[in-house]
Formats: sequence, structure tokens, C-alpha cells
Amino acid sequence: MKVLSVDHLLGIKYLKEEDIHLIFETADQFKEVINRPIKKVPSLRDITIANLFFENSTRTKLSFELAEKRLSADVINFSASQSSVKKGETLVDTVNNILSMKVDMVVMRHSSPGAGVFLSRHVDASIINAGDGAHEHPTQALLDCFSIRERLGDVAGKKVVIVGDILHSRVALSNIFALQLLGAEVKVCGPKTLIPKHIESLGIDVVLDLERALQWCDVANMLRVQNERMDISYFPSTREYTKQYGVSRKLLDSLDKEIVIMHPGPINRGVEITSDVADSEQAIILDQVENGVAVRMAVIYLLASKLKQ
Amino acid sequence: MSHKVLLSSKEVNIILHRLACQLIENHLDFKNTVLIGLQPRGIFVANRLIKILQEEYQIEDIQLGQLDITFYRDDFRRSEKILAANSTEMDFLVEGQKVVFIDDVLYTGRSVRAALTAIQAYGRPTSVELLCLIDRRFSRHLPIQPNYRGRQVDVINNEKVKVTWEEQEGEDAVYLITKTEQAE
Repeated sequence: MKVLSVDHLLGIKYLKEEDIHLIFETADQFKEVINRPIKKVPSLRDITIANLFFENSTRTKLSFELAEKRLSADVINFSASQSSVKKGETLVDTVNNILSMKVDMVVMRHSSPGAGVFLSRHVDASIINAGDGAHEHPTQALLDCFSIRERLGDVAGKKVVIVGDILHSRVALSNIFALQLLGAEVKVCGPKTLIPKHIESLGIDVVLDLERALQWCDVANMLRVQNERMDISYFPSTREYTKQYGVSRKLLDSLDKEIVIMHPGPINRGVEITSDVADSEQAIILDQVENGVAVRMAVIYLLASKLKQ
Repeated sequence: MSHKVLLSSKEVNIILHRLACQLIENHLDFKNTVLIGLQPRGIFVANRLIKILQEEYQIEDIQLGQLDITFYRDDFRRSEKILAANSTEMDFLVEGQKVVFIDDVLYTGRSVRAALTAIQAYGRPTSVELLCLIDRRFSRHLPIQPNYRGRQVDVINNEKVKVTWEEQEGEDAVYLITKTEQAE
């Protein structure tokens, strides 16, 4: 019987292709579960999960918490704003304190890249990375690929363009790893200032012209401009960004084919994507949210099955 | 490992016909009855019974579901084996319905216990019955007994009952497999 090759989900780069397929196959079953009248299974009754969010999050935290509760795990939540982190406690101390309360798994979001990897070496619990700085956000990439697979049948052979702020995006990096692992072709598109240097070394082509990128792709994953992470101005004005890199109905209608539009949220309506596109049949933004719960249930279930009794 | 044939293809067929007739006796037109095959191997028994009920007794529109009990099992993280889930296909609710669980081999009764929990996610059935092709006697861990049984067998612990199907393994048969000490 199949089992994940890892004990933690720290990033897509630590996964094998079979791991992703196993997660998807399990998520298919959980998607059926969350559409039942009673959307809960008792598998993780004896597991306690701590959600440690050292950085703000709304949807990821909600999605994880719902996934945990749907699996019947006990859940404790922690956010940095109300904690001793401000009093000077180290990450390992904070987590070890929480683990002494007999916690089996930790879901962590942290502003420092590699925080999950660091923690996995120092504490005795299964770690799920819910976003570490601008590094990785593996569950988002898994749910994005799961949504592509659901809409287009398969990820292999599909052409995906990631548009927008690649530089500050952990979603972009995890998506690139996951899509490449599953055999998709990936390009990135955005203002030069928001494309990381040396991204070509990952085998990724950069396209600066949005129309050309959309003409090429089957799926466009529109990222949000992360103003909160920008210490300097990366483009002259939001209006100019929208003009060059915003997707509108008119632009989509000018293409020869119908492409799938994705967005990890939260959407800046009228900036990277217009309202009529976001609400159209072509957009699978809300499917991504629903699939997020199923995929996270699968990840938690599969990692929990490796925990020692 | 040694194989002994417990039931031949002909015997399996006769038993399936008898079980179909017993179901008709209790459920007549199957109007408020749903048959649910338990994944993975109860599905084959359920499909065969449906085929007999439709083709030989002209009972149409029988509701058939497939229920996977993986997430309801009581041995999660307790066994060496990793539990992989199968698909559940239940496009109806069981509220107010008479449910018949269908499985190939009834052994410890733990799968049926899990199925009883799982079915609650689809509503409150008026009754739940159990049909199994093979009932392994004296091996129950829970107070669960079948309402319809194909054949009762006495099997010791290091023996395994394996049901094979023409559509899956190429023949209908029931085998008793004895593990030799080297094989273990």
C-alpha cells in the first residue's frame, strides 16, 4: 500500500511525483466526504494539531482548521500577535512549550524562509508548512494543481503561466516545483522588477508581454501584487500595472481559445483581474478554495498515518 | 502457501441466486431499499446480485451504492499497513430507507462496525441488514451477525478466505489459503 516518502510537508521540492499523485487520490475521496450531509470522518480522533500562525492569514488558516475538524482532530490555534513571541521567546521554545501539551502535528506559517525545515530538525512532531516567507506554500500549490487536474483532466502536458508578483510570492515557487514535477510546462509573466533574477535556472521562461503569455497557455494563475512585502516601488503606479498585467474580459475574448483563470486569493478586483473575469465560468477561483480543504485533509491524513501510535 | 477450493464457480452462482431470492422475500420491489456494496470487494457481490435481480426477476430501478469505510476504521495508525481509500459512490440519501450492506467475507466484524458509522453521514436509515457471501464462524471481535449468508466456513487464524471474480481475477471461486510457516 502506498505511503508518503516524507514525514513532514515542508515544501514541494522535498516531494516525489508519486507523493503528489497519492495526495490527489486521497483528496478525491475527501472531496466526496465534504459534500456529504455530514461532512466529517472520525479518522484523527486521537490526534491534536496546533496551528501556529506567526504571520497573518485568513483563508489558509480557516481552510486548515476546517480540514482538521472534518478529520475529527483536536485543534489549537495560536497567532503571534497574542503570544509570547513578542516577549522574546525563541521559535523552538514556543513550539516545544506547545508540544509539551501533547500535540502531534504542527501547521506553521512564518515570515522567515526555511522556518519549517528548521523546526522539523528541532522538535518531535510532524510539521506542515503553511507558508514560509517568500519561499514555499506547498498546500496552495497542491490545491492549484488538483484544481487544474479537476478542470482539465490532467496536469501533465498543460501549459501554465504564472502572472504578476513572482518575486514576493511563495505561491509561485511552490507552483513551479509542483507543476514541473507533474509534467506541465511553466512560464512566468510580469514586470521585470517583480521577476526574480536567475529564474531561468529553474527551467522557466520569462514572458514580459501578457497577451503573448495568455495566447500560449492553457491556464493562467494570476497572483496578487503583494504591496505589504514591497519595501520600494517596483512599478510606477497600480493603474499602469493593471494596464499591462491585468486580465480583462476584452483581453480574454481576443484570444483564440478559452483558457482557465486561477487566483490564490485574496483578489484585488480591478487590479490583476477584473470583476467580470473573476466571476466568469472560466475562473476556478472558488473551486480552488473548496479543493483546498480536501487537499489539506489528504495531506494531514497521510502524514498522520505515519505518526507512531 | 496452499490453496483449497471452498466453492466452485457453479456453487457461487447457486448461492448468489439464493441470496437474491432471499432479498426479494424481504424487500419485494426494493422501493424503499438501498443496496450498498462495501469497498473494496463487496462491490463485486453487489453488482452480481443486482444483475440477477434485474435480468432474472425483472426488478428495475434498484438503488445501489458503494461505500468506502477507510476513514471510519478503528485501526488507523495501529496497523503496519497504510490504509488507502477507495471511492464512495452514494448519489442518494438513506434517510428513511432500508439499507442492506453487502460484503464478500465477514470476519472480525470491524469493517461492518465502520460501515455502520459511515452510513450515518448519509442520514438515518430505518433499518440496516447485512449480507455476506462467506461467514467465517468463531472469528468475530464484535457482536455482528449477517442477516443473509452464502456459506458458513470454519477457518483458523493463519488461513485466509479469498473470493475471486470472473471480471477481476478470471474465475468465480472461493479459496481457502493456508500460509505455510516459511511464507510467514
